[in-house]
Amino acid sequence: MRYKRDPKKIREVLGNKIQFILGDMACVYGGILAGCSFFGGYPITPASEVAEGMARLLPRVGGTYIQMEDEIGSIASVIGASWGGAKAMTATSGPGFSLMMENYGYAVMTETPCVIVNVQRTGPSTGQPTLGAQGDMMQARWGTHGDFEAIALAPSNVQECLDFTIEAFNLSEKYRNPVCVMADGEVGHLRERIVIPDEKDLKIINRVEATIDKEKFIPFGESQTRKSKVPDFPTFGTGYRTYITGLTHNEKGFPATDKQKDHEKLVKRITSKITDDADKLIMIEESNLDDADIAFVTYGASARPAETAMDIARSKGIKVGMLRLKIVWPFPEKLIYKLGKKVDKIIVPEMNLGQIVHPVKEAVSGNCEVISAPKIGGEMHLPHELLRYLEVK
Amino acid sequence: MSEIKTAEELNKKYLREGMWPTIFCNGCGNGVVLEYTLWALEELGWDMDKVVFVSGIGCSSRLPGYINADGLHTTHGRALAFATGIKAANPDLNIVVFTGDGDCAGIGGNHFIHAARRNIDMTVIMINNFIYGMTGGQLAPTTPRGNIATTAPYGNIEHPFDICNLAKALGANYVARWTVTHPYQPIKSVKAALQKTGFSLVEFLAPCPTAYGRRNKLGDIKKLWKWYEDHTILIEDYERIMNYGSDEEKEAMKDMFPIGVFQDIDKPGFFTEYKKLVDRLMGKNDKKTVKAKAVIQK
Repeated sequence: MRYKRDPKKIREVLGNKIQFILGDMACVYGGILAGCSFFGGYPITPASEVAEGMARLLPRVGGTYIQMEDEIGSIASVIGASWGGAKAMTATSGPGFSLMMENYGYAVMTETPCVIVNVQRTGPSTGQPTLGAQGDMMQARWGTHGDFEAIALAPSNVQECLDFTIEAFNLSEKYRNPVCVMADGEVGHLRERIVIPDEKDLKIINRVEATIDKEKFIPFGESQTRKSKVPDFPTFGTGYRTYITGLTHNEKGFPATDKQKDHEKLVKRITSKITDDADKLIMIEESNLDDADIAFVTYGASARPAETAMDIARSKGIKVGMLRLKIVWPFPEKLIYKLGKKVDKIIVPEMNLGQIVHPVKEAVSGNCEVISAPKIGGEMHLPHELLRYLEVK
Repeated sequence: MSEIKTAEELNKKYLREGMWPTIFCNGCGNGVVLEYTLWALEELGWDMDKVVFVSGIGCSSRLPGYINADGLHTTHGRALAFATGIKAANPDLNIVVFTGDGDCAGIGGNHFIHAARRNIDMTVIMINNFIYGMTGGQLAPTTPRGNIATTAPYGNIEHPFDICNLAKALGANYVARWTVTHPYQPIKSVKAALQKTGFSLVEFLAPCPTAYGRRNKLGDIKKLWKWYEDHTILIEDYERIMNYGSDEEKEAMKDMFPIGVFQDIDKPGFFTEYKKLVDRLMGKNDKKTVKAKAVIQK
């Protein structure tokens, strides 16, 4: 029997509407609110609290937590659960995310809705396990082999950990693509006040399950029931008898590995179903950009010191604004292009040696100066460190 | 009682004929294992809408594609982890995993160990051809010592994996090994495995004349089938010899594969246990609810 989301039970298990909790725990709350009923986990700092929270709460709402043997197994079980009809997620950090790359691609190729929370740390390799960083922003976009589109959100506070996990489920269900919540060790281990949204304020999207005649059903083409490049979902056990493979497949789902046209058609559909909606997928927060000469473009934990630096600079009469990316992938190219035409300088603070600064430069196309403001080593930027980048020529 | 009498009728009922011809070479054992599995399913009379076939990568992992049922052809070695999730999401589904020796015992070894240890409710049918066949005959974790593979051109010096003994040690509910050369016991065994709760494994020794046999003087399919007859012994006989036999008799067992049922027990499967846990936490079992609530409040 499949899981049925029970709002009353969920509220009872989550408890008070207003709480003071960890970012990691807020991801748990978000997942459960979204209707997640399967979590395949593996312990890793600083994401273990997500698995611990799920192990504690999921069985109490009737869902399943299984601690898998490694992160490869975790994401595999999550994808399997999704085909079994569950909303499913996992959580990890850098090294575990690296291990997940193989099946991340499998989820893309088989159009499997699922959510990966990545409470980022740094590397290379084991790096600094207990300290936060934004080490995997590019891995989320390019980490698995082949051509694909990523959807990734970056929370800057604990409330957003909750909200963005719900949103990640919505987007993964809508586009049938894995969606990453790119938190970081700072936000994941931060404790803040959260407000659990009321049931009536929750927007929850569920995948469109296949309903049409079984003989006519096409599992890997455009939808046959609505105008969408995302096909309807033939949940296992519902009689559609669908074959799912990571090999290049035709519209019926069967291997077509040596056919150029089949491959091109498939990969262009699974990428364009996201790029077509790139404008709809923009989620940003703009501050003080109307009259700005200089703009911070940032995301996640880095947005916090950048905001303080902006306020200090403004008090000194320097016209600084900020654009915070809530969804980093797909990247809002047009928006950044326009910003580049408007300001003299864009500064990109990141807790890595410069990752998102690259698509910013690409989008700006030389229209203004783009400066990377990196900080590594497991510490956040201090506002005065960012102020140094603001000296007006 | 089954109305199906012939292999043609069986194929018509269970296979996607549109997918033919198969990718398998002449003399390959994969089709035989598929046929035995289908006979077992036919005898059980299961609703094929509720059976999901899962596989990894390799020749044998292509089998789900030929069956008219839900199938998940996954990444190399990971089939059992995917299968775990499917069963968790819908415990009403019956999970059958087709996997090869490289897929299951090599790259997927860790997933195999833990699925068996957790006693996840699924039936794993591992087709062991002693070689990586799809990629052209490289050394496998099951390749017998002294055999030639493209990546062991001077003979294999490693010790092969005995996956049945491993599964037995892990406490799997049902463990059996057969060869493809005789149908009746394997069909009976697959049927028994399918009916088990918890983890069940049936290993098939199956010929790969193209990638394995050819390099090991067993390219001729008749020779290869004869080799299975000469190199297998029923596990009861094997154990008797190993316990009570002479040194010569024991020495003769060195290159022999015991076949038969290695283990047949009835531990509760993972999802039986998990359901008990959920029922307890959700107050469906009154006696224990109070205790559970106390733990939660703590």
